[in-house]
Amino acid sequence: MKLNDILQEKKSSIVKRWFEAVLESYPEDARGPFRRREAQFANPVGFTLAEGIEGLFDALLKGMIPDTVSAFLDGMIRIRAVQDFTPSQAVAFIFRVKTLVREELGDAVVSDRGMAAQLSSLDAIIDDLALFAFDIYMKCREKIYDIKAQEARNMTFRLLQQANLIAGNKG
Amino acid sequence: MRVLVSFIAVLLLVVIAYAGVEAANLRFLFGVIIPYAAFIIFVGGMIVRVLKWGSSPVPFRIPTTCGQEKSLPWIKQDKLENPSGLLGVIGRMALEVLFFRSLFRNLKTQLSDGPRLAYGEAKWLWLAGMAFHWSFLIVLIRHLRFFTEKVLVPIQMIEGLDSFLQVGAPLLYLTDLVLLAAVFYLFLRRIGIPQMRYLSLINDYFPLFLIFGIALTGVLMRYFTKTDIVSVKVLAMGLVSFKPAIPEGIGVLFYIHLFLLSALLAYFPMSKLVHLGGVFLSPTRNLANNNRMKRHVNPWNYPVHVHTYQEYEDDFREKMKGAGIPVEKE
Amino acid sequence: MAKFPKPEELSNIDFAPPRKGWMDLPVEFKPGMFCHGSKPKSLEAVGFPNPRDWKPADADWKLPENWKEIIIEGIAERLRKYRSFRLFMDICVRCGACADKCHFFIGTGDPKNMPVLRAELIRSVYRKEFTTAGKILGKMAGARELTLDVLKEWWYYFYQCTECRRCSVFCPYGIDQAEITIIGRELLNLLGLNIEWIAGPVANCYMKGNHLGLEPHTIVGNLEYMLDDIETITGKRIKPTFNRKGAEILFVTPSGDLFADPGTYTAMGYMMLFEELGLDYTWSTYASEGGNFGFFTSNEMAKRLNAKLYAEAKRLGVKYIIGGECGHMWRVIHQYMDTWQGPADFLEVPKSPITGTVFENARSTKMIHIAEFTADLIKNNKLKLDAKRNDHLKVTWHDSCNTARGMGILEEPRYILRNVVNNFFEMPEDTIREKTFCCGSGSGLNASEDTDLRMKGGLPRANAVKFVHDRHGVNMLANICAIDRATLPPLMDYWVPGVKVAGLHELVANALVMKGEKERTTDLRGEPLPGLEQKEEKAS
Repeated sequence: MKLNDILQEKKSSIVKRWFEAVLESYPEDARGPFRRREAQFANPVGFTLAEGIEGLFDALLKGMIPDTVSAFLDGMIRIRAVQDFTPSQAVAFIFRVKTLVREELGDAVVSDRGMAAQLSSLDAIIDDLALFAFDIYMKCREKIYDIKAQEARNMTFRLLQQANLIAGNKG
Repeated sequence: MRVLVSFIAVLLLVVIAYAGVEAANLRFLFGVIIPYAAFIIFVGGMIVRVLKWGSSPVPFRIPTTCGQEKSLPWIKQDKLENPSGLLGVIGRMALEVLFFRSLFRNLKTQLSDGPRLAYGEAKWLWLAGMAFHWSFLIVLIRHLRFFTEKVLVPIQMIEGLDSFLQVGAPLLYLTDLVLLAAVFYLFLRRIGIPQMRYLSLINDYFPLFLIFGIALTGVLMRYFTKTDIVSVKVLAMGLVSFKPAIPEGIGVLFYIHLFLLSALLAYFPMSKLVHLGGVFLSPTRNLANNNRMKRHVNPWNYPVHVHTYQEYEDDFREKMKGAGIPVEKE
Repeated sequence: MAKFPKPEELSNIDFAPPRKGWMDLPVEFKPGMFCHGSKPKSLEAVGFPNPRDWKPADADWKLPENWKEIIIEGIAERLRKYRSFRLFMDICVRCGACADKCHFFIGTGDPKNMPVLRAELIRSVYRKEFTTAGKILGKMAGARELTLDVLKEWWYYFYQCTECRRCSVFCPYGIDQAEITIIGRELLNLLGLNIEWIAGPVANCYMKGNHLGLEPHTIVGNLEYMLDDIETITGKRIKPTFNRKGAEILFVTPSGDLFADPGTYTAMGYMMLFEELGLDYTWSTYASEGGNFGFFTSNEMAKRLNAKLYAEAKRLGVKYIIGGECGHMWRVIHQYMDTWQGPADFLEVPKSPITGTVFENARSTKMIHIAEFTADLIKNNKLKLDAKRNDHLKVTWHDSCNTARGMGILEEPRYILRNVVNNFFEMPEDTIREKTFCCGSGSGLNASEDTDLRMKGGLPRANAVKFVHDRHGVNMLANICAIDRATLPPLMDYWVPGVKVAGLHELVANALVMKGEKERTTDLRGEPLPGLEQKEEKAS
C-alpha cells in the first residue's frame, strides 16, 4: 500500500478539511466571507489560503519544489503575519494536516506496519514545512518593523527640519 | 432570538385579528376603523418623514461618481454613471429605482479557476430584490380591481399577463408565487449567511414575516378557501367611498389579511421601509456632478476663523526675506 | 515532559466570549490597529475643545462631565444641517450589499468593518435618541444607549474607515459610509478625540501653510535640491518663483510632493513640464498645501484650511489655479471649495495659454486638475514625448478613491499614461475605476503605529497589483495621489516586493523631451535609461 496513492485519492476531502481547519483560527463571523474561495479579488484572504492549502498538499504528494512551496506558503503566512495571531497561532495550521491525514486513512491503515515508515517520513516533511513557515513569518514581521522604522526615520527628519536643524532634503 | 421575536410578533397580530373577529365579533373595528387608522398613519407618517428629510438642506453637492466626468470635449463622459445635467440625473435615478442599478454592479465575472461568477450570492440578492419589489407592485396594482366600480382596462391587462400560464382555477398569478419565493429567499439569506445573520435586526425580520403573512393569507383566500369576492368588493368600495359597511359572509382569513396589511401600513413610516421615499432623495445619487461648473450654495455657510496671510508673513517675514521670497511689508 | 498545547489547541483560538449580538460586545483595542491620540498642543493651535494628554487604550479618556449631552446635541445639529445624514440614518435596509466591498472588512474579517455595521454603530444611538420606536422599544427596535463603550467603539471604527466611498457605489440607496464617518469624526472632535496623525498636520497646516510644517525657506530649500537633480539629469537649470504677484497661474500641490520620495519626483515632473511650456506660474509658501487633513476632522476645519487657496490667488492676482496630483484634495476642491469660499469672481475661467482650450468644466471653481491640463497639451501635440525612456517600466494604474468616486477623473490620466509609457497594463476590472480599492491608509490613517491595519486594509489593492505583477511583470504602480505615493511603497514592499510607486507627472517628465536638454542617461530617480545600462556600466 502506498501512502501517496491513498492521499491522492483522498485529496479533495483532506484539502477541504484542512482549509476548514485554517478558517477555524478566525472568529466565527469572519469565516463566512473568507470561505468564498473563488473570489480572487473580492476575497484575497480566502482565495490565497485556499490556493495555498491545495498547493501545499500537492507539494506533500509530489515532493517539495522549493520555489512553488515558498510561493504558496509565503502568500498564506504573509497574510497571517498581519492578522491578530501569535507566532505559534500563525503557523500552527500546518501541523493540522498530520491529524487530518490519519483520520482520513482510518485506524486500520494507520496501524498497518508498512504505513508507519511512510507516515513518519510524511510527518518529517510537514515539520519542514512548519519550520519554513516560521522563517517566512519572521521575515514578514521584520518587514513590518522595517517599514515602521523607515517611517520613524522620515518623521524624525521632518521634526528636525521643522525645528530648522536641517536645511533641506536630498530627494 | 431576533427571528423568533419577529415571528411571534407577527403571529400575535394574526391571533389578535382572529380573536377580534371570531370571538369578539369586532368586524367593524377590524374591517373599517383599523384600516382607516392605518391608512392615515401611513400617509401622515410618510408626509412627516419626507418633510423631515426635506427640512434638512443639502449643504454640499456630493454625488458618488461611478464613471468618467465631463471634462475635455474629446473625452467621452459617462452620462448615466456620472451625469452633469438634469437628463443624466433622471436617467441615473430611473436605472436606480426601476432596475436597482447599484445592486446589479455586483454582477461581474472573475477569472480564477476558469470563469465563474465571483459574487454569486450578490447576484441572487439583486434578482430577489427585483423579483420582490416588482411582484409586490404588480400584486398591489391588481388589487385596484376591488376599488373601482368597473375593473379598469390596464388592470385587466396586467391580470392577463400575470396569469398567462393559464393554469389552475382560479387562474394562477405568477407574481403570487414570485413574491412568496422572493420573500422567503430574502429571509433565508438573512439567517443563512453568517455576516447577514450578525447584522440583521428585528427591524429586518419583522417586515419580512409581515409581508409573508400578508401574501400567504392572500394566496390562501384566492386559491384554497372560498372567499366571497363580491362581499369583499362591497367592503372595499365602502371604504374608498367613505360609506363603510360590513357585508355578511366574509371569512376571518380576510380580516387577518387586512389586519396584517394595516399593521404594515402603520409600521411603514417608522421603519426602514421608508427607503421607498428616501431613495429619491439620496444626495449621492440625485445630484449632477457639475460641481466646478456651477456653484452649489450651502444655506448655512458661515464665516470661519482663518490664519491670514498677514499673520503668516508676520510669523516668517525674516525667513522669507532670507530665502528671497517677496513680502508685503519690508 | 511539560505539557504543551497541541497544534489543534493553538490554532483553535478561543475568540469567543459566548456569542452575543454586536451591540453588547465592547470594543477591544488591538495593537497596530489604531493611531495615537491627539496631543493637546495640536488641538490648542486651532482652538479645538478638550485639549489634554490621553491614550486611546486607557480606560479614562478624560472627557468633560457632560460629554453625552455634547454628542447628542451634536447629532441633533448635524441632522438639521445634513439631509445626507438624516436620510442615511433612516433608509438602510441592511441588505448587506456593501459588506464585502470594504477593504478593511476584506482584510480583517472584523464584522464591524462592514460598512453597514460601521453605520449601525451610530444609527443605533440615533434610534435611541431621535426615534419614537427606539425610545419605547429600545433594543427591540435596534436602539441602544450611548455609553462610554459605544463612544470608544465609534472612535476605533471611524478611524478604521478611509472615507473611500467604495461601499457607496454598491449601495442601492447610495448610502455613503464616508459621509457617516465624516460626521462621526466631527462628533468625536467635539470631545477632543482626534488622532495625532491628523491633528498634528492640521495644526501645522493652519499655522505654517502645509501639513508637514515646512516653513517658507525650507520649501524653497527643498525645491532647490530637486532643481539640482533636474540640472544633473537634463542639464537645465530651472528657476521657479514663489509668492509672485501678477503670475497668470497659482500652482498648488500636496506638500508631501515637496518632502519625500517618490512624491519629490512628481514635483520635479511638474516643474520640468511648466518650464518646457514657459508657463507663467508661481508657487505659494502660504497656500503650500493642496491636501486637507481638516477634511478628516470637521467640515469647519476643512474650510478653515482650504480658505488659503482662494485668499492667496486673490492676493497674488492670478487668473486661475492649477492643482497637482492629490486624492482627497481634489474631492475637497471639486465638491466643497466653491460652496465654502465662492463665488470666485476675482478669477477667470481657466484657459490654457498653450492650446487656448477653455476649461468649461471648471467655469465656476476656476481650478483645474493638472491631468486635465496635461491631457489637453498632449491632445494638441504641444509636447515632445519619448515614451521609450519609460521602457524599463511596466506600469499599472491605481485610481485614487477620491478622484474616482468623488470626481470621476478616470480617462485623462490613462490618456496621458498611454502617451508617455509603452507598457501599460490594467488591473482586473473589479479593482479599478469606480470600483478601485483604497490604499488602506487614506483619510489620515497613514501613521506608522497602525501599520498592521494599513497592511490589512491595503491587501485587496496589493492583491490586484500582484496579479498584474505575476502575469505581466508590472513593476510600477502609477497614481495621482500624494497619500498613495506615501503609503503604497511600504504596502508594495510588504505584499508585492519589486513594484515601485510613481506619480503620473514623474512618468510624463521622464518622457518629456525638453528644448536644449542634454542627452539624458537616467530617469528622474537617477536610474539608467533603457538601452543605456551598459554604457553606464562601462563608464563606471
